[in-house]
Amino acid sequence: MKARVTVTLKNGVLDPQGKAIEGALRALDVEGVTSVRQGKVFDIEIDTVDRAQAEAALKAASEKLLANMVVENYRVEIL
Amino acid sequence: MKAAVLLFPGLNREGDAMRALEQASGHKPTLVWHAEHELPAGTDLVLVPGGFSYGDYLRCGAIAGRANIMDAVRAHAARGGLVVGICNGFQILCESGLLPGVLMRNRDLRFICKMQHLTVERADTSFTKAYSKGQVIKVAIAHGEGNYEADEETIRRLEGEGRVAFRYCDEKGRVGGAANPNGSTNDIAGIYSEKLNVLGMMPHPENLIDPLVGGIDGRGLFESMALFKSAA
Repeated sequence: MKARVTVTLKNGVLDPQGKAIEGALRALDVEGVTSVRQGKVFDIEIDTVDRAQAEAALKAASEKLLANMVVENYRVEIL
Repeated sequence: MKAAVLLFPGLNREGDAMRALEQASGHKPTLVWHAEHELPAGTDLVLVPGGFSYGDYLRCGAIAGRANIMDAVRAHAARGGLVVGICNGFQILCESGLLPGVLMRNRDLRFICKMQHLTVERADTSFTKAYSKGQVIKVAIAHGEGNYEADEETIRRLEGEGRVAFRYCDEKGRVGGAANPNGSTNDIAGIYSEKLNVLGMMPHPENLIDPLVGGIDGRGLFESMALFKSAA
């Protein structure tokens, strides 16, 4: 089963990388960009056909390692 | 005082840390590989040195913070043993849950490598007895992710409980403004755990132990720790 975990910064957490990218987009004359927040995407293959089991494993993966719950949120999608 | 220095792939400050510990205590520390499950018997102090564990992949300190040996370090801290993390070691202690908060990318996105003044916020802990309260020391900083962040409640607790160990300041001891190199909340350069037996700090006192290489203001940390007598 294929899945995707997306990790993003929580609202209110300063994201200097996102800010720098935002500035660069403006410098490239890309119009209308008002905010950029950078995150991470993990494409994961998991050896099960049970959706609930896969979701539970990915939740554990996210909370144990992939996301730092102090400053990040995560979202699990089964593809 | 018996010290153990942890080694993860990608760290590079373990030699400096071991030299500083040996100079202050007269005893050679033991180097402990991350895959071990136990610390050497009778360990009083665990030092997590700086560097780039696992290439800073995922987040600085994230992978090292979950290594086998960290369970033993958590048990050691719970027994009242001393733990100190310097630079990447501080990031590893935050990721392992031994200290609260997180070290984020520097405000200006640059890796900063320079001399930096700090204030010693209190001189009554096992890490700072050889300093005086409010003393201004000059040490080195070298990091890309040293911007300490935590939720408001955690910051309030750290401040209220006297758990800020060091703050960035200028040469006159003035805190704030341009003296803060990385945007760290409340100019925090280092923090203690609740029981004051775990210290994490971004600056490198282990590099300031010899007048030949810029000063000896870092010695106080190692001399303080050398005085520690294990309760166990």
